[in-house]
Amino acid sequence: ADIISTVEFNHTGELLATGDKGGRVVIFQREQESKNQPHRRGEYNVYSTFQSHEPEFDYLKSLEIEEKINKIRWLPQQNAAYFLLSTNDKTVKLWKVSERDKRPEGYNLKDEDGRLRDPSMITMLRVPVLRPMDLMVEATPRRVFANAHTYHINSISVNSDYETYMSADDLRINLWNFEITNQSFNIVDIKPANMEELTEVITAAEFHPHECNTFVYSSSKGTIRLCDMRTAALCDRHAKFFEEPEDPSNRSFFSEIISSISDVKFSHSGRYIMTRDYLTVKVWDLNMENRPIETYQVHDYLRSKLCSLYENDCIFDKFECVWNGSDSVIMTGSYNNFFRMFDRNTKRDVTLEASRENSKPRAILKPRKVCVGGKRRKDEISVDSLDFSKKILHTAWHPSENIIAVAATNNLYIFQDKVN
Amino acid sequence: MFVRGLKRKCFDGEEDIEGTLAGIKAIPSYNLQRQSLLDMSLVKLQLCHMLVEPNLCRSVLIANTVRQIQEEMTQDGTWQMINTQNTGQASLDRLVSTDILCRSSRDQAEGKHVPGYGTFNKDFESDQAQDSSETMSTASSVQAPRNLQSNVWEMENPQENKGNFQKSLDQIFETLENKSPNSVEDLFSEVDNSYYDLDTMLTGMMSNTKMGHCDSLETFSSPTNTASNSNCKSDLNDLDHIVEILVES
Repeated sequence: ADIISTVEFNHTGELLATGDKGGRVVIFQREQESKNQPHRRGEYNVYSTFQSHEPEFDYLKSLEIEEKINKIRWLPQQNAAYFLLSTNDKTVKLWKVSERDKRPEGYNLKDEDGRLRDPSMITMLRVPVLRPMDLMVEATPRRVFANAHTYHINSISVNSDYETYMSADDLRINLWNFEITNQSFNIVDIKPANMEELTEVITAAEFHPHECNTFVYSSSKGTIRLCDMRTAALCDRHAKFFEEPEDPSNRSFFSEIISSISDVKFSHSGRYIMTRDYLTVKVWDLNMENRPIETYQVHDYLRSKLCSLYENDCIFDKFECVWNGSDSVIMTGSYNNFFRMFDRNTKRDVTLEASRENSKPRAILKPRKVCVGGKRRKDEISVDSLDFSKKILHTAWHPSENIIAVAATNNLYIFQDKVN
Repeated sequence: MFVRGLKRKCFDGEEDIEGTLAGIKAIPSYNLQRQSLLDMSLVKLQLCHMLVEPNLCRSVLIANTVRQIQEEMTQDGTWQMINTQNTGQASLDRLVSTDILCRSSRDQAEGKHVPGYGTFNKDFESDQAQDSSETMSTASSVQAPRNLQSNVWEMENPQENKGNFQKSLDQIFETLENKSPNSVEDLFSEVDNSYYDLDTMLTGMMSNTKMGHCDSLETFSSPTNTASNSNCKSDLNDLDHIVEILVES
C-alpha cells in the first residue's frame, strides 16, 4: 500500500475517494444499511481502483514529474455516473466512474468472442439484447487538462456553477471550463517580473460554496485574499485581505514559516473560512479582515521545538483541516497519528489517535493527551516520545453524518459515531 | 529526531539583543545559534538543488529566513564585529564552488555578505567543541564579501575561475565522501537515496540555468554587478564543460 496523499467524500457521502503517492485512486462505497444487521451501519468497501496519473519526465527541464495525487475533488452527481477531478503536480484529469451490469449479446457482425463474422454466412438479422452480468465498475478519463502550470499544483476547486473549476499552483491560479481542455484563463498571477524578488507563494485556493464569482487563496505569509471575478479578468487586486497582526512576544526566526497557511476551507454556510498554519487552526468571518474570530491551538507544545522541527523539515509539513456538515466542529491532524477535533460551540476539544495498536475495531476511541512538562500521568505521552514520522495530514468529514476518514501514512481509518 | 551537537535552545521568545554591555555578554551564544541556523538554512537550500522536484514554497520560506537572519546580523552590528576579526584564511575556491553549486548563495542580503560558506565542511554530527567549528564558519564568512565581490560576481577572470572551480569542485566531492557515515546519513536523511549519487548532483548543478524552481532562489541580486545573472550563466556553460571532464575521468 502506498502513502495516501488525499482523502475526499463526495457530496452525498456515499463515496470516499483516496489518492496516493503512486498515482492510484481508490474509491470506497458505503454499503446500504440493512435492517438485518443494524449494528453494521453502512461500512465502506472498495468500489473502484484505477491508476489516475503516471510518472512523467519533463525533458526540457530534466525533471521528473511525480505521479502523486495532490488533490481529488468530486463533481456533484448529475446522472448515474460519478465524476471526479484528480490532479498531480502538473495535470488535472476528469474521471468518469460508472457501473456496468448489463452486456449486449447477439451482435450481427461479430460473434460472442468479438471476432468478425464472415458476412456471407449471415443469413438473418437479430436485435442484440442486454443481458445481466456481474457488476463492473469502470473508470475512464474523460478530460485531461495539461500544460497549464509551470509550478506545482496545490489545489483544485469545483465552482458552484458546476461548469468551471480552478487549479492553483505556487504562483498562479487558472480557471477552466470542464468542456475545454486546451485553454484556461489565468485569474491570479503573483509571479514577480524578477524572480529574485519572490518572497511569497500561493499555498491553497478554494471557490465559495454558493457564490460562483468568489474565491479565496492563502499564502506562505499567512494571509488570505478573497477575490471577485466580476471585477476584473485578472484578479490580482483582492476584494478582501485577511491577515492577523503578528504577536510581538512570539516573534522568532520561525515566525514566518509557522504562519504559512497550509490549507484554507470555506464553511458549508459560506460565511466563514478556516485556515491551518503550523501550530493553529483559525476561523475567520468573511466580514472581518483584521483578525480571526476563533483560534485553536493544535499542538502548541511544539512551539519550543521549532528549531529541531526546522532541522528535520517537519516544520514544512502541510496539514489540512475540515469542517463537519453543520460547521460546528472542525478537525485537523497532528503528529504521532493524533488528530484533533474542536467543537466551536462548547469550546471543547479532543485528541484522538489513529492506530491499530492502540484501538481495536469497533472500540470507542480513547482521548489522548500530550504531557507538556512536569509529571507525566499514566496515560499521557510526553512530547519527546512523539513520533514525528507518523503525521496525519489528510482527513475528511462526511457531508451530513458524523463519519470521518483519517489517512495515517499508508493506512486509511474510518471512524463513526457511536451507535446507541 | 534531534541532531546531536546542535543546541536545542531555540530562538523563540528571545527578543532582539540591544548593544548594551550586559547584552554583549549574552550575544555570543545568541550569535552562535543564529549562525548555526543560518548554516542549516543554507545547507537546506543547497540540498534543494539535489532533489529532482524541489518544493518552491519550502525554498521561499528558507530563503526568507536566511534573509531575515542576515538583515538582523547587519543591523545589530554583528557583521562589523566579525569583519574585524579577520583571522582564518577561508578558501576562495570553496566560496566560488559553493556559489555555483547553489544559486541560493545569491541571497546575500543585497550583496552585502555571504556568511556561512565554510559551513559546507561543517560536521553537523560533531560532538566536539561546537565553538571551534563555529569560529571556522564565522571566519570563513569574513572572507566572503571581499572575495565574492572581487572574483565571483565580476567574473573578470574566467580562466582563473575555471581553474579555481575545478579545484573547489574536487574539494566539495572530497568533503562529501569524507564525511563520517553518520553525518552524511543525517544530512541527507530526508532525501531519497536515489538522489544521492554523483550523477544527480551533477545534473542538479547543470540544471541551474533552468527556470522555475531555480529561478525562485535568485531572490537577491548583487548590487555590484547587475549582469551577474548572465555572467554566472556563461560561467555555468564553462561549468558544464568542466563537469563533463570530471564525469569522464
